[in-house]
Amino acid sequence: MKRVNAIVVGAGAAGGIVAKELATAGLSVVLLERGKWYTAADCRKDDLHNQRTTLLGNAFGPEDQGNPRVWVDKQGTAHIATPSEGSYQNNAACVGGGTLSYGAQAWRYMPQDFRMRSTYGSPPGSSLEDWPISYDDLEPFYEKAEYEIGVSGDYSGTPFHGPRRRDLPMPPLPPNREFQILEPAAKRLGLHPFHLPMLRNSVPYNGRGPCMRCRWCCGFACEVDAKNGTQNTVIPVALNTGNCELRTECTAKEILVDDHGRARGVAYFDERGHLQEQLADVVIVSSAAIESARLLLNSRSKLFPNGLGNRYDQVGRHLQGHHYTGAVGYFDFETYDDVGPGASIAVMDYNHGTPGLCGGGMLANEFIRLPIHMLDRLPQGTPRWGLAHKEAMRHWHKRSVVIMGPTQQIPSASGRVTIDPNVRDKWDLPVARFEGNVHPHTFEIGDVQAKRAEAWLKEAGAINTSQMAWHPESVSAGQHQAGTCRMGDDQRGSVVDRNCKIHDVDNVFVIDGSVHVTNGGFNPVLTIMAIAYYASASLVRNWKGTAFRS
Amino acid sequence: MRRAGLKFRLTRRQFTVGGALAGAVAVFGCRSSRSRKWECLSDAHAGTLAALCDQIIPADDFPSASQAGAVSYIDRQLARHYLRHQSAYREGLDATERLSRSRFGAAFADATPDQRLQIAMSLEKENRAFFELVRQHTMEGYYGAPRHGGNRDAVSWRMLGLDEPPLRGRAQYDLRKGSGA
Repeated sequence: MKRVNAIVVGAGAAGGIVAKELATAGLSVVLLERGKWYTAADCRKDDLHNQRTTLLGNAFGPEDQGNPRVWVDKQGTAHIATPSEGSYQNNAACVGGGTLSYGAQAWRYMPQDFRMRSTYGSPPGSSLEDWPISYDDLEPFYEKAEYEIGVSGDYSGTPFHGPRRRDLPMPPLPPNREFQILEPAAKRLGLHPFHLPMLRNSVPYNGRGPCMRCRWCCGFACEVDAKNGTQNTVIPVALNTGNCELRTECTAKEILVDDHGRARGVAYFDERGHLQEQLADVVIVSSAAIESARLLLNSRSKLFPNGLGNRYDQVGRHLQGHHYTGAVGYFDFETYDDVGPGASIAVMDYNHGTPGLCGGGMLANEFIRLPIHMLDRLPQGTPRWGLAHKEAMRHWHKRSVVIMGPTQQIPSASGRVTIDPNVRDKWDLPVARFEGNVHPHTFEIGDVQAKRAEAWLKEAGAINTSQMAWHPESVSAGQHQAGTCRMGDDQRGSVVDRNCKIHDVDNVFVIDGSVHVTNGGFNPVLTIMAIAYYASASLVRNWKGTAFRS
Repeated sequence: MRRAGLKFRLTRRQFTVGGALAGAVAVFGCRSSRSRKWECLSDAHAGTLAALCDQIIPADDFPSASQAGAVSYIDRQLARHYLRHQSAYREGLDATERLSRSRFGAAFADATPDQRLQIAMSLEKENRAFFELVRQHTMEGYYGAPRHGGNRDAVSWRMLGLDEPPLRGRAQYDLRKGSGA
């Protein structure tokens, strides 16, 4: 197989962007993806079988057969998790990764989110830390992501966002009924509500039409291709350069290393199950926090007996997602207008600045709830079955509003991904194993957020409310997974440097949510995209023909 | 129900054949089911399940769970994504029958509405894992996507007042040239 300049493992939010940036800069690129390439025609609108509701399996991978993971509970007992179960912490396995089927909220983190330790100190038992880079370093790349991938929304209602040079490229979608109910209530509470940013066309953009506002959004591929992911933006651009080859249904086995401690390329199983070696000058790992850590840990060699980049036992630590809490409110009038995607209004008033709390999170109304989501979200005291349940479904389905948000997680070094010593997948590769728990201060913040969500609903006229706050006893990662290959200047406490290069290997990069030091109180995808543009720019800048100058 | 009763009076030869059949079932899953109507369930099990589903979602102005196809949904999924629940269903449905016969001397499907409710409540308390399975799957078959055999004619969505078929392509901005977006 022909040697190439760069091999990118994973065609998701970050990998698609890296492939495009390198290919347009003239590098030859192979983009490996373990899943398939789906299109708008694969939307299916199946309430039971999509990427958010996986009762009948994951619509966009991985499939339940042959792809186990292991999670360890509080008592230390290991359990097998299959991909459609929550404990699997799944995101997706397909071209575009999570961006094919996500809800597509397009948040920038706030300047404080990059300086959490300086702002709050470090709670005992936590690994709260500052990023080595700042909001200002990423700002141009946030903007690039907003314009190249395509974001609609309107920040003008909130003073809390970081400085920005340009407005979003598209106006927000017109407000749905929940927006109209919640906006005046938020203002009465002294909050600053606004149209939340989304990677979704509100007007024609990038050669594709606008959102048609259907009910099946979060968890589904978009039927009219109005949702912007890497699969319908940068990956086609990368392929059009002629410099990038996308290989789907190819699963990376390990990163190959030579006797001098440099990566030679990647060994992978192709779509027919044959083991292949793709040699490359540079290897970029963009498989999302769990699988990126697993690939590094599975890449053992004489020089790197504990896995690549793992000299100081840092790979896989600080695993984090978001701790979602909120509240549901019930109204004596119809709040439901069947106008998707549903999520429309947010406040950033609670992300920072609460005495006694290390951060907080954004609060927003939830995506449209399909009937299947309402079964166990009826008012407390509703019988769980029988005529009364059926009547309650009829009465409340159009009369409820959910407000919730991603509480910024306080990371800890013990919440981590390792390699399970016993369980292997269908390729006979050791699988990811989750250990540890969420730092308890996260729950304290989440509980306060739930109270705030409830207060907002009450102000909006809810006649009955209940908080959705919980204290799970396992790691949190899922679609917002991050943190396992921490970015830092000190190689004893991090895995990659500020340019996303692994500290002790000259030509291996980790570019995805793995490098997040902390994960903000927001959906992380726009930050993952900004990091991908930022790291690609430095890679291209330092590219010297066939080698990387570090 | 009479067919189910016959099973207890098998000759030795029939028993051997039955054993072989059971082996075939274990190997081939649902395919060797003798019923033509169901992929996985026997007619007797399907009858019991329908009566239990209708306790979870009874009929009123709108169809009950079984009328809306919840049994078809469960039957299909027992041959597909819920393969792992096959034995739980077999055992649970048999247990439901035993309970009904021992307590009321009648097959579950033939018991009075009040008796069926009592059995369902007992199951919820004493056979909770099975009851929760049936509850969850019945709800899926009633409120989920019609493509899987349940929610026939999208009846639950109509009941909830959702447009069916859904509206598509709602105008939002005037996108004609010069109108400004």
